[in-house]
Amino acid sequence: MRTFRLKTPLTEDAVRELRVGDVVYLDGKIHTGRALVYQHVLEKGNEPPIDLAATCNVQMHGAPAGAEGELGRYRISSIQATASFRYARWVPEYVRRYAIRAVIGKGGMDGAIYRDVFSRTGTVFLTTVGYGIAAIYGRGVRNVEAVYWKEELGLPEAMWVIEVGNFGPFIVDGDCTGASLADQANEVINPRFAEVYARMPQHVLKRMGEIAQSLEDEVIAGNAGCPDDAGAAPPSRGGRR
Amino acid sequence: MQPVKLRSHGKAGRSTIKESWMEEAAYEAHRLAATTHPPDVRAALNKALERESKELPRFVMKAIVENSMVAEEDQRPICADVGVLRFFVVAGNEASMEGGFVALERAVRRATVRVTRDLALRSNRVHPVNRRNPGNNLGVFSPNIDYRFEPDADWIELIAVHKGGAFGSDFRMMVDGDGLNGVRKGLVDAIAEFGRRGLTCPPVIIGVGVGGTKDQAFSIAKQAAVLRPIGDRHPEPEIAALEDELFDLANSFGLGAMGYPGTGGYALDVHVEIAYTHSALTPLGVHQLCQAARRGVVRVHPDGSIETRPAPSWFSEFFRRAGI
Ligand code: SF4
Repeated sequence: MRTFRLKTPLTEDAVRELRVGDVVYLDGKIHTGRALVYQHVLEKGNEPPIDLAATCNVQMHGAPAGAEGELGRYRISSIQATASFRYARWVPEYVRRYAIRAVIGKGGMDGAIYRDVFSRTGTVFLTTVGYGIAAIYGRGVRNVEAVYWKEELGLPEAMWVIEVGNFGPFIVDGDCTGASLADQANEVINPRFAEVYARMPQHVLKRMGEIAQSLEDEVIAGNAGCPDDAGAAPPSRGGRR
Repeated sequence: MQPVKLRSHGKAGRSTIKESWMEEAAYEAHRLAATTHPPDVRAALNKALERESKELPRFVMKAIVENSMVAEEDQRPICADVGVLRFFVVAGNEASMEGGFVALERAVRRATVRVTRDLALRSNRVHPVNRRNPGNNLGVFSPNIDYRFEPDADWIELIAVHKGGAFGSDFRMMVDGDGLNGVRKGLVDAIAEFGRRGLTCPPVIIGVGVGGTKDQAFSIAKQAAVLRPIGDRHPEPEIAALEDELFDLANSFGLGAMGYPGTGGYALDVHVEIAYTHSALTPLGVHQLCQAARRGVVRVHPDGSIETRPAPSWFSEFFRRAGI
């Protein structure tokens, strides 16, 4: 596996060099954000208090295990990303608006986002490993530089700006060619499920609203988020199609 | 790991468990759960690493095993997602507690606040409607405490469970005609849905609850996943055989760590719990416990001694109401 150690803010050239399956370690500054941050910025119109593109153009989908000590000093014990497909309706707009070069998350995102958005903006999706090797990532946190919007969003889900060193490892799940590592994995795995399903009778009662068995990647399908409708109502998940 | 006596108050013959001892035990159970993989889990993760021959999932398994060491060494949470902190309590029928169960609950709540602060655990419990975060992992019904009672025992066992993850749980109402195939398919559905892409953070411990009432099927499945050690088998031979079969089934898809194709295995174990159920129906619950399989078990005795234990004693013949 190719291994890269990159400094943030990441340059477009460095990011376009990466391919799915590469291993990445980071030095420099990153920031965190989950649903509440996206809503605060993209829906309620609050501008981030720092220049993200120029200082920390890496966003991590996560809320650290962290605490506030005396006098506004913070510490992080462990940190880990959370499942990213949930944020698909905001990611394209956020990445474009703030020139985000890497999104650190869990589980990857719909390949359509990599193909249609990341390939143009010059952004990669870095997946945490394990996924939750949070103690190792915790060791990579050097300093908590600031915690923005703590009152409005609560401490865990505030926007944390963190200085990291040798922060990793992360694996490239989505690269600027539009490739998706998780999709490649599913191409190998899906036929094996299909084989087992072929031998199995259906349940008499389906899950709520379910009418047919499908091998569609239903947890994330329908969450692709159209590049132009960021902030619009979420695509309904519905039942198993 | 043998039971480890943390300390003894040396007051042999004392018969009442003090509130402060319960708090100490609850704190220790939390700390262990957050930072230290139980011995059975760590051994199983190491075996999964040995079995893995594909580059990508092997890289992942190595990191998982290393993370387990780092967490214990640095006293950091194994995963930042501590889930929703909760307790299972085994209360000896002969145990007497200073202040009774009300004091026990107070001790658990105090320990939860302290451990959240001391280990910088994520304050993960929020109001479900307005999302306000009290910042200490307390709240309405939080932490939740489940009890079971043990005949003849004079001790209290506190089991802290930190289980993260939105993914891996599934429920179905099966009818009489679905039979065992319905159980098999329920398991495969849960893996197809959440195991691919590794959303469950495999390797996982799977709990399957068959029968009872709807809520019972779901909760015995959860308990089977989080409270039975790896390798444990159900006392009914027929159910034990089903556990073996489902274990093979769960590992037949070639899913490795993070859902990458691999040889290390998807499930570390499958535990099945059953409950007698409606003559026409069989509810089915499935839970998958991620690689950050976290439980801390601490027992408090009336002489003041406090011991950590490698595995919970949650499931017993009495608890299953098998011998009544
Ligand atoms: S499911 Fe993954 S991210 Fe969540 S607690 Fe477990 S290891 Fe951590």
